[in-house]
Parts: sequence; C-alpha cells; structure tokens
Amino acid sequence: MLPNQQEQVTLDTFLRGLWEENPVFVMVLGMCPTLAVTNSTLNALAMGLATTFVLVASGALVSLLRKVIPKQVRIATYIIIIATFVTMVDYGIQAISLDLYNALGAFIALIVVNCVILGRAEAYASKQRVGASVINALGMGGGFTFALLCLGTVRELLGKGTILGLHILPAGFQPWVVMILPPGGFFVLGGWLLLFSWLRQRKARNARKTVAAQGVPAHGR
Amino acid sequence: MAADSLTFIFLNAAIINNFVLAMFLGICPFLGVSAKKETAWNMGLATTFVMLISSMCAYGVNGLLVSLHIEFLRLICYIAVIASAVQVVEMVIKKFSPALFRALGIYLPLITTNCAVLGIALFQTAREYDFPQSLAFSIGGGVGFTLALMLMSGLREKLELAEVPDISQGAALTLMLAGLLSLAFMGFAGLGGGNA
Repeated sequence: MLPNQQEQVTLDTFLRGLWEENPVFVMVLGMCPTLAVTNSTLNALAMGLATTFVLVASGALVSLLRKVIPKQVRIATYIIIIATFVTMVDYGIQAISLDLYNALGAFIALIVVNCVILGRAEAYASKQRVGASVINALGMGGGFTFALLCLGTVRELLGKGTILGLHILPAGFQPWVVMILPPGGFFVLGGWLLLFSWLRQRKARNARKTVAAQGVPAHGR
Repeated sequence: MAADSLTFIFLNAAIINNFVLAMFLGICPFLGVSAKKETAWNMGLATTFVMLISSMCAYGVNGLLVSLHIEFLRLICYIAVIASAVQVVEMVIKKFSPALFRALGIYLPLITTNCAVLGIALFQTAREYDFPQSLAFSIGGGVGFTLALMLMSGLREKLELAEVPDISQGAALTLMLAGLLSLAFMGFAGLGGGNA
C-alpha cells in the first residue's frame, strides 16, 4: 500500500480483521494474552473487549495526530498513546469488578506490548482517515475477541465442563484439568490452527478439482 | 527454602514458573526466533541483559513514583524506561563490541515489545521485591527465557529433518511442541512446595 493512499471505507475494512486477516489465527500476533487469560470464557471475553477498546481508541488518536507526529519518534509516541489508554482500562476494570481484575492480573497492563495494537497503529492508523481506522480497529478487535472466545470456550468446556460457569456437560464427565493449565493453552491453539489450515487446504483442493472438471488445464500439469 | 530467599526467587523465575512456558510471557520471540540454536542463544542473551537493566531502572523509577504519589503513571514510565534501556544497551554494545552488535542485530529493538521484560518490571512491583530480590528475579527470568528458547530451537532443528503432515507445518506444530515442553515443566512445580 502506498503511504498516502486513502482507503475507501467499505464493509471489507471491517470484515477483513474478523476472518481474512484475523490477528490470532492468520497473523499469529498477540500470543501472550491469547494463551494466558483464556482459561475461562469470561476472562477471554473481558480481555478481548479491553483490547478492542484500546485498539479503537489508540487507532482514532494516532489517526487524528498522523500529520503532527514526527516520523523519527513515531513508535515512541504510539507506545505512549497506547499506554495511556491501557492505564484507563486498568483502572476501569479495577473499578467495575475486582474479581475480574485479580483473575486477569498483570495481563491488563501487558496489553501495552500486544503487537496487534502497535502493528495496527503503524501499518494502518498512521496512514488512514479517522473513520477508516476506527472501523478497521473494530474489525481487528472483533477478530481478536472471536479468537480468544474460541480458545476460552474450548478450554473451559474441557477443563471444567462449564461455559460461563454454567454446567454443560453431564455430571459424569471427568474434567481434563490439563486444559485450564498452561499446556492446555498451547494444545488448544495448536488444534485450532491445525483445523484452519486443514480447511484452507481442502478449499484449495476443491477449487483445483472444480477447475479440472471443467476441462481447463491447471497450471501446466 | 524460604519463599523470599534469593535462591528461591531465582529458581522460581527460571524453572518453576518459567516465563515462557508457565506464564506465557514473551511468546512472540519464542515462536519467532526459535528456528535456529544460534539466533535463539543470541536473543536469549540480549533479552536477559535488557531485563537486568530495565529491572534495575524500574526499581528506581517505582521508588520515585511512590514518593511523589503518582503511581498511575507507572505503566507509561515503565514502558518509556524499557524503550530507553533498549536504546542505551544498543548504543553501548555498538561502541564496545561491534562483533556482538552485529550478532544481535535486529533482535535488540524487538526486545522493547517483549512482554517478558515489562512483565518482570510489573511483577517485581506487585510482589514488592527489594533491590537484590529484583536482581535475582530478573536474572532468573532471563535464564528461564533463554532456556526455553534453546530447548525449543533444539527441537525445531531436529524436526526439520522429520517428515510431518502438510497441515501441521509452521505455527501449529510449534505450538504443539510448546505444549509438550510446558507439560514437562509442570513437573518442576513440586520444587516450590506447591505455593509458587
């Protein structure tokens, strides 16, 4: 993308972050909070919403200031802007629910170093208008929350037999405690990535088959 | 072992609550630069060094913030301290050891966004460590990070020779490996008497 090219705001600006460029499943960014706080659905949801808020707010501010910030110190400026919003979220969550705050621990403060946010500020918000940045940030935040929920529900369901604290599986179910412990995070995320790459491959294979069935030779084979 | 002895803090940060495998800090470099043993070793060294410096600075800054009653600026100050520590470390290494500087190369600036470094600063504040304890904690964290990186890169170098199914290439396989390593590290939990 050229530095000064303004993107038309379309539905795609929003949807891209949700699926095609999903920060967790496709770009494999922001792994630390993804793995650390997804041992229950509620934590995952809270973390996703907090990150989305910081993404949108910092995206808007960076985009507003994009002509004022000198190029040499832009990264430092972005980090200060992000840190300001994270501090707000930190105190906000502390005021709303102390239990949640204790469950998420230092990971709220660590949103500052989530590469998704800095990546968006550098690659998108610093070049686009405010409206486009906000919509793109919403999409990215939505995608991040979606990915966190994917992990959180699976881990809570298998690890405790519940979702959002409600018992889903029958009482005879023996919980897989390992799922809510650290290794479970790695396994579940690895599993989701396997699933997605299998789906992608199958899609590519089907596309090839369709082309072959129509009698069009596929790339010199 | 007393829970606040220096040895315990060191072992706790390095092995029992390993920063990468048990606390999920610094996963990005762990997945990103663990393909070769040599780069993993250099990255580990650089990170340990920055952790030590920024932990010392953070200790001083925190004292200042508390005495001025402006703790709400803590996060902003820490991140600024880490960014400048990385910058200083980069300049010092460039001046005194160009060979090391070339070896570390692009990894130095990346350390700024390594959550393990900020994590060290935040945890040492939350646990109210004094100065020697902070030092032990940051060195332990660095050693643990390097250990995890080395183990992972060793495994991945072997895996390059193995045949794996197509769909598990890349990140998925690395994550599965990390899960196994993490499972192995859980065995160390007994060392801390379960109260880690």
